[in-house]
Amino acid sequence: MTEITEVPSPFCGMGTDDLSIQVDGTTLKVTANGCSVNTPAFEQAIADTVPRIAGQAASLEAATTKAAELLRNTHQPVIGGCATDVNGMRALLALADKSGAVVDNLNFNIARRNLLALQDSGWMNTTLAELKNRCDLLLIVGTDLEAFAPRFFEKYLWNEEAMFLDNTANREIIYLGKAPSGNASTSPTGQKARVLPCADADLPDVAAALSALVKGHLLNAQSVAGIAISELQLIADKLKAAQYGVILWGAAALAFDQAELTVQTLCNIVKDLNQAGTRCSGFPLGGKEGDQTANQVCGWTTGYPARVNFARGYPEYDPYLYDSQTLLSNGEADALLWVQAFNSSALPPKTHLPTIVIARSGMKFEKDPDVFIPVGTPGIDHAGHAYRLDNVVAIRLKKLRDSGLPSTAEVLSAIEQAL
Amino acid sequence: MLIKLTGGTVYDPASGIDGQQQDIYVQDGRIIDAPKDGRPVDKEYDLRGKVVMSGAIDMHTHIGGGKGNIARTLLPEDHRQDPVHRTSITRSGNGHAMPSTYVAGYRYAEMGYTACFEPAVLPINARQAHMEMGDTPIVDKGGYVMLGSDDFLLRMMTANKDQKAINDYVAWTLNAAKGIGIKVVNAGGINAFKFNQRKLDLDEKNSHYDVTPRQILQTLARAVKELGITHPLHVHGCNLGVPGNLETTLNTIQGIDGLPMHLTHIQFHSYGTEGDFKFSSGAAQIAEAINNNKNITADVGQILFGQTVTASGDNMRQHANHRFASPNKWVCMDIECDAGCGVVPFKYKDQNFVNALQWAIGLEIFLLVEDPWRIFLTTDHPNGAPFTSYPHLIRLLMDRSFRNDMLATIHPEAQKMTTLASIEREYTLNEIAIMTRAGAARIIGLKDRGALSAGNWADITVYTENSDRQTMFTKPDYVFKDGELVVKDGEVVKVTWGTTHIVKPDYDLSIEKDLKPYFDKYLTMKLGNFKISDDEISEDGRGSLTAHPLRGAA
Repeated sequence: MTEITEVPSPFCGMGTDDLSIQVDGTTLKVTANGCSVNTPAFEQAIADTVPRIAGQAASLEAATTKAAELLRNTHQPVIGGCATDVNGMRALLALADKSGAVVDNLNFNIARRNLLALQDSGWMNTTLAELKNRCDLLLIVGTDLEAFAPRFFEKYLWNEEAMFLDNTANREIIYLGKAPSGNASTSPTGQKARVLPCADADLPDVAAALSALVKGHLLNAQSVAGIAISELQLIADKLKAAQYGVILWGAAALAFDQAELTVQTLCNIVKDLNQAGTRCSGFPLGGKEGDQTANQVCGWTTGYPARVNFARGYPEYDPYLYDSQTLLSNGEADALLWVQAFNSSALPPKTHLPTIVIARSGMKFEKDPDVFIPVGTPGIDHAGHAYRLDNVVAIRLKKLRDSGLPSTAEVLSAIEQAL
Repeated sequence: MLIKLTGGTVYDPASGIDGQQQDIYVQDGRIIDAPKDGRPVDKEYDLRGKVVMSGAIDMHTHIGGGKGNIARTLLPEDHRQDPVHRTSITRSGNGHAMPSTYVAGYRYAEMGYTACFEPAVLPINARQAHMEMGDTPIVDKGGYVMLGSDDFLLRMMTANKDQKAINDYVAWTLNAAKGIGIKVVNAGGINAFKFNQRKLDLDEKNSHYDVTPRQILQTLARAVKELGITHPLHVHGCNLGVPGNLETTLNTIQGIDGLPMHLTHIQFHSYGTEGDFKFSSGAAQIAEAINNNKNITADVGQILFGQTVTASGDNMRQHANHRFASPNKWVCMDIECDAGCGVVPFKYKDQNFVNALQWAIGLEIFLLVEDPWRIFLTTDHPNGAPFTSYPHLIRLLMDRSFRNDMLATIHPEAQKMTTLASIEREYTLNEIAIMTRAGAARIIGLKDRGALSAGNWADITVYTENSDRQTMFTKPDYVFKDGELVVKDGEVVKVTWGTTHIVKPDYDLSIEKDLKPYFDKYLTMKLGNFKISDDEISEDGRGSLTAHPLRGAA
């Protein structure tokens, strides 16, 4: 039995790297700094280790050969999921390039809310260490932050010491929209977060009103979506007075039509504040299970984030057209390869098409796919790299145990070779 | 395999060879002397009538690191105009302003380049820089690690830590991030922007730290020299793009106390305030200062007209310039108490007075700096223009009548404000070989590269002589990388993987006693996880590290 310290997590998106993990054979136990997201993800036991072809045990070579055979004569295969590490994504894109596939990250429809805002007008954002040391005002829009990242407040806001704040407990936390589900946002001295609740669907109106107030426009309305304009004016004033305000949103939580316009409004509020002489930054929350990794690697390999089509021999990007779910359901696709090395419960979409699944050991299917190859999890079964939610930092994932499971990259490269 | 390159006209300034016809022999990836044992040549290339140079080296090009990927993600419309098909040996991708990594490698190689250096590797983002460069085929690569706006250094300086401690920190960072040099971007300015300072002059104090940009530059230039790092401190000066920044740049040159210093994209730092538009060329004074100060080297950062994207660590200046964004979208980031970045798309127009004069200023500097060993051909890709415009730039430098024809088409007021028409100099092939090969290898400290003498790696480019230098430099006949033929008639015929060039200066391990609690308390990553291990570069089987000796080392 050994204990490995300073273990980075690819699961939470925050790149937390202070976990201690006890390794006993192939059994893992988080002994320090776990949370409700990371601990179960690390501790999940290995189930199957043998590939299956149509439900029957097969060698890895037979399984990759069969997978190549299924892909060989396709016209529009789809590679979905894209939940893996950097090397896995590199191999995935090489295979997609060769097979003319659509590549589609499983959370692209969520990430798209940010990407469309970025690609239309850009943004001014910050990263975790800046937030940890500078942020004196955090405005959380439409998102239950602690449910998304249980240790966010503990690690990055209520840290004992910050380089540029006299007392981190004096940071001001404001929720706009969704109220927090727990008390993590209450400061160590008992100061509760200010909460201005409204329905998710009203956030576009509320954000627009706040934007107008930040610009100094007068509003005739007395309230918007049940929030008094005077309350929003107070937020605008606080944002202007802050040393380093941060506006945080989780795109996943903004589950309403044209949410990208609300993201854009938030980004423009940040820009307007900076233009008017105050420092302020945005902080988009997201990126669990390899989302940022997929977008980053696809970004440098193809120039586009991870929804591209290689059918014409070069990458084409369309944030709507190449939605794999649509392609599968309207008959445009003719094969599915599902890659999910982190989460055995993230099943492939249901389809009657030939299906290859490269996934974390233990994935259970209603009907076995044509090929299933259980792979190791990056950061547990093999070393690798994963991107953190703030996009800038790639963390070095450690190998914690010898499971004998191949990596996603090894399997996908073998399929590419066999193709 | 023994390869003979027969009868080419060789330009090898590192060996003092200026257009002599001679044979070159290659074996096991390296250039060798003519074998005397009479063993047979396995492959011969008849290069009679062709021009032979070593592979070109771009000493300042943004090809790896997060800001490039932000630029890519920001500009899908730019990529759509330049799709690149896959072939049986090359990957697909796209090009123009910020090409995908594979395409960048192919296109560099197809132009005869065999090494590229990323000048802005934020330590916290160094993994990404190496991963992107790791997916850039054929060319060798390396990076300059950015310091000077990182809170750890500024805290050390405010606390009056001695130079020795700072040297240890600089060396530690260089080892951890795996770079070959140290870069400063707007010294202290990226940090000052986080405290809401919007400009920072050379002698202006950071509002939080008790230090000025001049002190930061002196401290880091000393560290680089004392650690024996060959590449001089690589400096992106204060006040980029600001009319009148000529004075800051001259002051920066004077203020470095004779220490070696490389001023990058100096075109953007050579502006006066004369004339109706309060914007004028400072090229003559800058060139004179470079001519007179032998400790100074520079690359130009030439702008060329058309669409590009500017991607810089200097978010203070990028934020100030965002109103010129074209298309109108831009990104600024504060990054991890380490640095920042700003990405602003830009369209340089020949009928815009400022852009037209910027174009002329760059060319003036190229032509007025006398010593080609101390000035380097760059566009600060993609900031001044995409690197694919190099052959055009070479023609502008080598062909006065072409240059004057181009000059006649730009904004008329800019024509009046430049002395370009009166400059007669035309660069020679030997001078081009110096600034893109021999000089670049020397300034970076690359052992065994940038020269064609025996013992060097066989990075060799062969051109067909053509009085139209743009045509000539666009499409080499042959490019050899480490002795392998990788490009024929301007097209990739074999994909190889270059090495990553680094230096490994020594340091006192006790610096970690200060760094560890700093990481634990303030940063978001453990010290041990921050350091990039050798296997991260080499584990995929195609990357490798080449450590170069320090000054004074054997």
